[in-house]
Formats: sequence, C-alpha cells, structure tokens
Amino acid sequence: MSLQLENVTLKVRGETYIDEANLQLDGGSFNVLLGHTLAGKTTLMRLMAGLDTPTRGRVWLGGRDMTDVPVRQRNVSMVYQQFINYPTLNVFDNIASPLKQAKVARAEIQRRVEETAHMLGIDHLLGRYPQALSGGQQQRTAMARALVKDADLVLFDEPLVNLDYKLRESLRVEMRKLFASRDTLAVYATTEPAEALALGGTTVLLKEGRIVQSGPSEAVYRQPCNLEAASLFGEPPINLLAAEIAGGECRIGRQRLPLPAAWQRLEEGHYRLGVRPHHVSLAPLATGEALCLPVQVRVAEIGGSETFLHMTHDEIDLVAHLGGIHELAVDQALEIHLPCAEMFVFEPDGELLLSPASPATAARA
Amino acid sequence: MKPYNNKAWWLVLPVFVLVAFSAIIPMMTVVNYSVQDIFDPSTRYFVGTEWYREILSDPRLHDSLVRQFIYSFCVLAIEIPLGIIVALSMPRRGLGVPVSLILLALPLLVPWNVVGTIWQIIGREDIGLYGSLLNGLGVDYNYASSPRDAWITVLIMDVWHWTSLVALLCYSGLRSIPDVYYQAARIDRASSWAVFRYIQLPKLKNVLLIAVMLRFMDSFMIYTEPFVLTGGGPGTATTFLSQTLTQMALGQFDLGRAAAFSLIYFLIILLVTWVFYTAMTHNDDKG
Repeated sequence: MSLQLENVTLKVRGETYIDEANLQLDGGSFNVLLGHTLAGKTTLMRLMAGLDTPTRGRVWLGGRDMTDVPVRQRNVSMVYQQFINYPTLNVFDNIASPLKQAKVARAEIQRRVEETAHMLGIDHLLGRYPQALSGGQQQRTAMARALVKDADLVLFDEPLVNLDYKLRESLRVEMRKLFASRDTLAVYATTEPAEALALGGTTVLLKEGRIVQSGPSEAVYRQPCNLEAASLFGEPPINLLAAEIAGGECRIGRQRLPLPAAWQRLEEGHYRLGVRPHHVSLAPLATGEALCLPVQVRVAEIGGSETFLHMTHDEIDLVAHLGGIHELAVDQALEIHLPCAEMFVFEPDGELLLSPASPATAARA
Repeated sequence: MKPYNNKAWWLVLPVFVLVAFSAIIPMMTVVNYSVQDIFDPSTRYFVGTEWYREILSDPRLHDSLVRQFIYSFCVLAIEIPLGIIVALSMPRRGLGVPVSLILLALPLLVPWNVVGTIWQIIGREDIGLYGSLLNGLGVDYNYASSPRDAWITVLIMDVWHWTSLVALLCYSGLRSIPDVYYQAARIDRASSWAVFRYIQLPKLKNVLLIAVMLRFMDSFMIYTEPFVLTGGGPGTATTFLSQTLTQMALGQFDLGRAAAFSLIYFLIILLVTWVFYTAMTHNDDKG
C-alpha cells in the first residue's frame, strides 16, 4: 500500500513542527527517515500513523484520503525506541495481542504468532515474561507484535538505539531480510547516516521539520541536492570550505591555489566546496588533482583501526577520517590534500553544482 | 596476628542504640507488664500467661475485633477502587493538575479530631448539613441513637479523609507510565479496559501495595474519629480495638491485661500486613 503526504503541515501553539511535507512512498518499499534529534522524525511518523492530525495537508494511504481517520481505524503498527510490551503477558500473548483485538480465530493466531516468532528467532521464548528477557529479545518481541498483524504501514522509531552495537548490527541485517519478502510499507527513523546506507531502500532527509531531499539512499548520498543534505548525510559531517574562483585561481581564505582543470568551466565567483572526511588525505595524491591546505591539528581521536583527525584551517574546522593509527600532537602543522575528483561544489545559496558522480559537465548555465 | 578486628561494631552501635530506645526497650517493657499483675510500682505478681488466656476468651474483645475487621475491610473495599477511579479521571496536563492535586491534598491536612468534629456537626439531624437534609428527605438518620447510622458515619468520615491519599498515590503511579505505552495501545486498537488491565494496573501494583498496607494499618488503629463522634457508642457500635485498649489501660488501669492485649493487637497487624504483602508480591517474577 502506498503512502502519500501532500503539503502536510503541523503547527502546535503557533510553532511549526512539520512544514509543507510532500512525500510519495511506494507500497512494499523500505524507507529511512534520517535527521538529527528534534528534526521531526517522530512527529512525521505520528502523522503517518494517524496519532496526530495535520493542521493542513492530506495523508493518502493506498489512494484513499486517510487524513481524518483515527489510528484505531487504520491498520498500522509501530516499534519504539523503548521496548514496549505488556508486562503481565508472556511473549506469546504479547505477540498475539493485536490479533486478539482483531478477533482472529484461535488456530490462526497460534499459527501466525509461531511463524512470526520463528522469523525473529524468539520461538523458544514464547512462555517467558518480558522482564525475564534481554533488551534485544524484548525488542524482537515488540517487532514481532508489529509484524504479526500484517499492517499496511509499519513504523520504526529508532528501534535499535537502546541496543548494544552487536545486537544492532544483527537485527539490522535481519530487518532487511524480513522486509525483502513482504509487501508492507516500512518507515524507519534514525539519526545515523551509516544506518540509512546499510538498510538501503529510500532515504528521506529531514531538517527542522522540512523534508530536504528524498530518493534512493545511495543516490541521495552521492548527489545531495544542497549543502544541508550533504551535511546531514554523513558522519562525521562533510567538510565545507568557502572558495572564490577568480583570475584563474581558486582562493580559499588567504590561500591562492591554481585552478584545477575540472573547474575551468566554472564562472568566476563565490562557491562552497564540500569534501567528505574519508577523502581527506595526509599524503599527496598519486593521481589526479588536489587542493593542498595547511592546517593545525586540534585533536586526533584514535579508534582502533581508524583515526578521526580534527583540524583547523584559518579558523575553519575540518575533519579527516583516516585509516590506521596516526598519532599527531596538538597544534602540529600539517598539509592536507583534498582530491578534486571527490569534491562537491555548491552555489553560494547552497544548491549543488558539481558532484563527484557528475564530473565537470554541468557548469553554471 | 589477627586477620580482622572488631572496629566495625562501632559503626553499628548508633543504629543499635537508636533501635533499642525506640523499639526494643519499650516493646520488652510491654512484654514484661503482660506477664505480671500490677497494683502499684512495688506490688506486682508474676502471673505467667494468665492475661493472654483471659484476653483470648474475652467476648467483649472478640466483638470489637470482628467489628474492627469488618470496618477495615469496608474501608479498603471503598477507598482503593474509589481512589483508583479518582486518579484515572484526574487531568494529565494543564491547569487542572495543580488544582486537583491541591483539592485532593486538603482533607489530608485536617487533623483527626477536627474531622470527627466536622462530621459530628454535619451529621446532626437537627442543624447538620447532611443530617438535616437526609431527615428532610424522609430518611431516618441519627448517628447518636442508631448504631447502624453511627457506624456508617464513621466509615464515610474515613472515606472522606483518606481516599485522597489512595488517589494521590495512584496518580503518581499513573504518571510514571510513559506516553508511548498509551500510544502503542492505541495503535494495537486496545480497548480502554485492556489499557487499564494490562498497562495501568500492572504499573500501579507497587503503589497499590503501599496504599493497601497504609490504609489497612491506619484503619485498624482508628481511635480519634469515633471517639469524638460518639465516644464509641451508641452502645459499643463504634468501639474499635484501640478504644477498648485505652479503656482497659487508662480507664481501668489494668496494665497487665492491656499489655497482653497490645501485643496480640500488634501481632494481628503484623500478620495481616504480611499476608497482604506476600499475596500482592508472590508473582513478582512474572512482572
């Protein structure tokens, strides 16, 4: 069943929570809502579910206007960040509860609960009570309850946040499998860009109640439509530098660099350059053009096999995500190399002009 | 060389002294009284378990004990459900919250003997608000002459005074349930009964345990209200255990017998509270 939001706006006491959201999600698709805390992910989900009614705009489900239909009359389910189960019911009865409310026949309940529990690997726990389960098992139970009733729309509100990272990864992999074989429309909210990419499907970028961009996750990551999208989708966020192209030079702060061939066609004027942290290199590139900038080390975070190097250039903060361990002293002076082939060029107003995937063909018209 | 020393006892000592003076010594004094017949400080005889035997077979005490159990049962049967209903119907946000909290807290601030006096006046059949109203409506109500009316008045008084306590405890329990539970229930299309039975009641269990125990102990020891209202009358209709005890100890100066009675009284409260506690927590492992 497809879901369509049409100019959906939610205002509460004069404050805009969701601003003119337009979105088309296809039946059977897996969609990720990506945004920071307070971006409006949960609010948008509540509007999709029918827990809240939009101030303006329409919500269409399967071609039917469902805007004013309360949640009790819809077929949706939701999984939360907290593990929500009925404390006095065992796992079987917890999973069975939506079916019992829907007055499904006993034998059918038995069959579907066992099938769903098996899918989520909790069939050996059916007799236990939620308190006797680990966090991962509790969340699996809540997920089974959401999946068992074959809802038209399943909403996941940061369901893996409260789990440790190993469980998180295994559940994430399972979720992709679970939904690959279903034609349920799934919406998954998260704050982590890596999770959106790992889950695949469609990504919707949200910021301050606005939808910034939506599309296939890979495509959104490769071609963010503007500065906001680029900095939302990436952790650590993309490095941004103000640059001026004039007189055959590229000027970044007081630095004057020769203009790379790829940018020859750009008109003279001001631009913003974006480069993802993992493309920043400490060594000169073997091939291709690069911008070379002097920087000062602020801090090097070493995480086992990788290093996050925080630096400043002319009071601009930059981050490099480097493979291996680099022990660098604070305030040490370095030169970094930014490969032009991996750079995004944005207009001063934030619109994307050039991206690594679309080499210098689309010069400013 | 000693592998350990005994200095740690000094840390336990203050608590031990405190408990000794607040509980153990007074308690053992009572135990001491209960096995003696005391005429004056220098004239006392050891009587063994005689007082206990006498108390356990005293019909006056049996009556008062039965009366007491019925009374406490009624108090719990009315105040607990009523308190839950009040808590459920209280607003969850907005200006209504402080207003209803203050209104509910008001009766709790009124001293026991004032409550007794208030109801003594309100219930009067000639000038009292409710008393004269009831009589005006043709109901024959007079707490001073009818044992039934006196009994009901004492019960209503307690309900008026203490239901707020149960309601406030339940309200705090309800407030601790996160909103997502209600939201999840709506998405599951659960009925309001199911929400109460499977979400609210389980979460209320612990505060209800406290409410039941507090109200049981307190109502089991009721003294002031019936004493102010009717002095335990008419007849012995509202003479509950603590009043019987007071009459015995101070009225008749029957210290030995009163001490034996106190101990039995104490054991009854301990036993019933233990039964409540065990019954309400025995399936805690299932949540």
